[in-house]
Amino acid sequence: MEHYYQPEIECASREEILELQNERLVKQVKHVYDNVPYYRKKMEEAGVTPEDVRSVDDLHKLPFLTKDDLREAYPYGLVAVPLEDCVRIQSTSGTTGRRVVAFYTQHDIDLWDECCARAIMAAGGTKEDVVHVSYGYGLFTGGPGLNGGSHKVGSLTLPMSSGNTDRQIQFMCDLGSTILCCTPSYAAYLGETINEKGLKDKIKLKAGIFGAEAWTEEMRRDIEKSLGIKAYDIYGLTEISGPGVSFECSEQTGMHINEDHFIAEIINPKTGEVLPEGEKGELVFTSITKEAFPLLRYRTRDICVLTREKCSCGRTHVKMTKPMGRSDDMLIIKGVNVFPSQIETVLLNKGYAANYQIIVDRVNNSDTLEVQVEMTPEMFSDSVSEVSKKEKELVDALKSMLGIYAKVRLVAPKSITRSEGKAVRIIDKRNLYQ
Amino acid sequence: MTVQQISVFLENRPGGLAEFTRVLSENNIDMRAMCIAETPDFGILRIIVDDVYNTVCTMKEAGYICSVTKVLAVEIPDKPGSLLHTLTVLGESDINLEYSYAFTTRKKDVAYMILRVNDNERATEVLTEHGIKLVDQEEISRL
Repeated sequence: MEHYYQPEIECASREEILELQNERLVKQVKHVYDNVPYYRKKMEEAGVTPEDVRSVDDLHKLPFLTKDDLREAYPYGLVAVPLEDCVRIQSTSGTTGRRVVAFYTQHDIDLWDECCARAIMAAGGTKEDVVHVSYGYGLFTGGPGLNGGSHKVGSLTLPMSSGNTDRQIQFMCDLGSTILCCTPSYAAYLGETINEKGLKDKIKLKAGIFGAEAWTEEMRRDIEKSLGIKAYDIYGLTEISGPGVSFECSEQTGMHINEDHFIAEIINPKTGEVLPEGEKGELVFTSITKEAFPLLRYRTRDICVLTREKCSCGRTHVKMTKPMGRSDDMLIIKGVNVFPSQIETVLLNKGYAANYQIIVDRVNNSDTLEVQVEMTPEMFSDSVSEVSKKEKELVDALKSMLGIYAKVRLVAPKSITRSEGKAVRIIDKRNLYQ
Repeated sequence: MTVQQISVFLENRPGGLAEFTRVLSENNIDMRAMCIAETPDFGILRIIVDDVYNTVCTMKEAGYICSVTKVLAVEIPDKPGSLLHTLTVLGESDINLEYSYAFTTRKKDVAYMILRVNDNERATEVLTEHGIKLVDQEEISRL
């Protein structure tokens, strides 16, 4: 039986949803225009006034927001309410400029929690469930999002956070966790460990909600088998709220976007032109209910396809495919956003050549990152401890820039291929986007 | 009194050392001594040669990263206990030994130890004081 958190909205007719969207969009554009000078300027430059946006059909008139805008407006430039009305921030990893800091009013958090509650119920969750949240808590949206969603559903929530696998498994066994929320790679690791310990018949998991990184259908089957569950995908981004922007239902043919809160468009990433339904392009979101951090036409850089085909689950909201790639060079490694330019900055700061290569792989369902750097005469020494010391300094600097461990591999000079034109800096062996 | 050691960066992969020694061979470079310090990813090859300048030029031309370091070369009797004596002198003088390696030649019935220490001057002083013979670059080249 399909469970819904808000069936009246989740299964509303297209007309009802459109009506909601039109009304909310008009209100939101005015709210942003009046309270966010940064976006107001963009609108003025584009020659658009709030009066020009009377319905979703007019959305295309509005200028896009990109990560560059977020950087330029950091930290308060896109906040649309007085700070005293904000109750929380969440943030992505990365240093200033790349780090996204999003603000929330209590109302924003309530709506975000509701989105996550829809995802949990779509995965079969009810108030009788024990929801085991192993996403990180803190600045990362994963933990707080699913935690809040689970509260809304009324499930018993286990705010485990990430790490300490032995304790995770012990709680799972002792408290009978039924729904697991974490990254797919951690789910795979948990599955492996549980099987190694012979505890599979001690756990009561029935479903998992996994997101924050790309995963394949093959990985889904692996996880489902090793944990004996049904695995659901969830999508989101801090800029827009966090997990729960869209989520999978029982049909598992895409993720329903919560259209009463977010209007989705697909654009041609090169021209910005809006593409018709069914075409592959860059996903763009407009938040129509957020108060504190309402982004209009935010370019996610995720490439996917939208479909309005009728879904057997009964939900009517548009579905998006899993992201099929990126329109920029961002990598998601262990759920963390990594830009090659961040790595380049560290290398140059530390006196290495900008000729480098990034090797990303997935070993035993866990991402690995290796940065290959060419040895320079300045870095070289006859002493292993000296060279290792410099290598470690680089590892530490990368860790503080990226937030994750990167293995550094020093290679011979000129051994990294110099390509003509655009250098091939990234070798992603994971084949996540098939 | 020191001798010059050439250190070369080598990736830790099959054939890496062979390629390097081919360059030496093609340029008629004779190694007196060699030692490799390895890590999982790379190695540092240290060599003592007869013609340092020529070797360094050849290495650089072949695209290797190398550096020249002053190290000590001591001549010790090729019999048990003689290394102990040298190391005891260094240890008692609080001189730290980072690495060392040994070689022998056909011409003399002695062994040579290459010593990389933290203070060449002081080490030269105490070793000489204790009657331990140090070898200079010229002598190495003649060996």
